[in-house]
Amino acid sequence: MRSVVTEGNSIEEAIDKALLELKATRNQVETKVLEIPSRGIMGIFGAKKAKVEVFVKEEDFVEKAVNFLKQIFDKFGVEATCKVKLEQRNLSITLEGEDMGILIGRRGQTLDAIQYLTSLVVNKDTQEYVRVVIDTENYREKREQTLVELAKKLAKKVERNKEKVVLEPMNPYERRIIHATLQNNSKVYTYSEGEEPFRKVVIDLKKTS
Amino acid sequence: MKELVEILAKSLVDHPENVEVREIKKDQSIVLELRVSPDDMGKVIGKQGRIAKSLRTVLKAAATKENVKVVLEIMQ
Repeated sequence: MRSVVTEGNSIEEAIDKALLELKATRNQVETKVLEIPSRGIMGIFGAKKAKVEVFVKEEDFVEKAVNFLKQIFDKFGVEATCKVKLEQRNLSITLEGEDMGILIGRRGQTLDAIQYLTSLVVNKDTQEYVRVVIDTENYREKREQTLVELAKKLAKKVERNKEKVVLEPMNPYERRIIHATLQNNSKVYTYSEGEEPFRKVVIDLKKTS
Repeated sequence: MKELVEILAKSLVDHPENVEVREIKKDQSIVLELRVSPDDMGKVIGKQGRIAKSLRTVLKAAATKENVKVVLEIMQ
């Protein structure tokens, strides 16, 4: 746990100094008063400054994430349990239960939205970014497989028809999968066009020289 | 629906006490008016409306389950 000891003319002043030093807000810390200030005689002799020790509370972001999700599921009327795995700053949450289809949504857009909002909630007061991945029924892995196959299929089509193909809008993560799959393809190359959130991957024929 | 918006918005903003949601029912659809502190607007809209879009996606999923149409309006 990070902590500092600071002094000031008043307890509040000492705490403010500590917060500045720790780059924390008042509700992220716990404080312990080490010395109560006294003005001494005539404000000169024996005057003592306030001394405090300020600790940064452990960021219980796992709890924050799970609580947030539980509240959402409750309002959805969906029963789901969260399996949490935390590796350094990577938080992966696997949802288990029935009716997971409704949480995934079309092309995983609901799952992505839930994941993005959870990430915002978790990272609201954290100093260091925590990456949040939410998955259910192995959706992310299956989706990756689907995209890899789609990329290969479309690459063949481009090669055959000698005409570029524009894919539908995808998020950065999904676009990366397409780019990576065709990175070493000798016949076609890929690039993205358009603005988020409608950015699309284009697969085009390599110029033969 | 109203409660879902409240939970989502309150979790995102710095001033949850200023989150206000009004529900207006119209035939088959529900309009939800969300009001937050002026300095929290960015926290519910996001860059290029990314947060607002995610909020609407989650709401739409919940609405589909209840077979209603829902519109989220973020009020100034």
